[in-house]
Amino acid sequence: MDLIINGSTEKIKQDTLTVVELLAVKKVEAPEMVSVQLNGEFVRRADFAATPLKENDAVDFLYFMGGGADDERIYD
Amino acid sequence: MSFTDEQLERYSRHIILKNVGIEGQEKICAGKVLIVGAGGLGAPAALYLAAAGVGTIGLVDGDVVDRTNLQRQVIHFTPDIGKPKVISAQEKIAQINPEVKVNAYHTLALAHNINDLIKDYDFIIDATDNFPAKFLINDACVLAGKPFSHGGILRFDGQTMTHLPGTACYRCVFDAPPPKNLVPTCAQAGVLGAVAGMLGTIQAAEALKYLTGVGELLTNRLLIFDALTMNFRAVKIRRSDNCPLCGKHPSITKLEDAEQPVCDLKSGG
Repeated sequence: MDLIINGSTEKIKQDTLTVVELLAVKKVEAPEMVSVQLNGEFVRRADFAATPLKENDAVDFLYFMGGGADDERIYD
Repeated sequence: MSFTDEQLERYSRHIILKNVGIEGQEKICAGKVLIVGAGGLGAPAALYLAAAGVGTIGLVDGDVVDRTNLQRQVIHFTPDIGKPKVISAQEKIAQINPEVKVNAYHTLALAHNINDLIKDYDFIIDATDNFPAKFLINDACVLAGKPFSHGGILRFDGQTMTHLPGTACYRCVFDAPPPKNLVPTCAQAGVLGAVAGMLGTIQAAEALKYLTGVGELLTNRLLIFDALTMNFRAVKIRRSDNCPLCGKHPSITKLEDAEQPVCDLKSGG
């Protein structure tokens, strides 16, 4: 089926799959590090496995991004 | 406020700018912006805000300048190695624009002091490098009703969003700091110096837009760019009912320091 992943339409060979399965198909290395928006609504992490995707769904993977100030600073 | 001839000259390129004008420049000169982190993002942000004539710039950073910083933290120069970053930055700002008042806070932003740090400022720039600080700034600003700009960079990528009271917050996107040791940092993964400049400059532009009221802020949008392809994408985000901070049933009602460091950088670098 077609999914709009991060703004681009992609063909996924599965006809049914969940958010968790899509993360695996897209080889997202650390699913704990990704926030998922489905058609503009955030999907709770606990619901990833129970959230099915359908044709033309828009899925955005948003990643944590740190960096910015110093590199050696550890807040403790 | 009435400008001197020297000020009219200094700020002429703002003053002739449509929608800014004298009135906008007056707002910039009356503005107070706090920059948390005087590093990769804070350096370009501070330089542009100082040049723009922002009346008061607060700088928060507990660190000193290190040689590894110089590749991207453009407000610090080679002779500044070993100097507190806030002092190094304050000295440069004084040279760029002596009219700017700088408040230098040589400290970390933590739960016990963040409210005092942000309370006198109109706009806050999160230019920190670690998640405990990013979440703390978000929580403090949302709870205090302060506008702020979030920014993060890694390798060739950057992302930023602006929060105003009532719009999506950082926790709407990421509900809690990531698990320990999962996020690579600049020290582990590296960062292209110019990417820091790109992102910090976007944050400075957001602060200036906020002060002048010009344009549309990056609210309810997360701007993501990849400098390898130079693709920029603004992902629409919506305030989440499930947000632990600003959702319908918030679980976070007071500030706390997250216990985790980003990772063990000293051994991991």
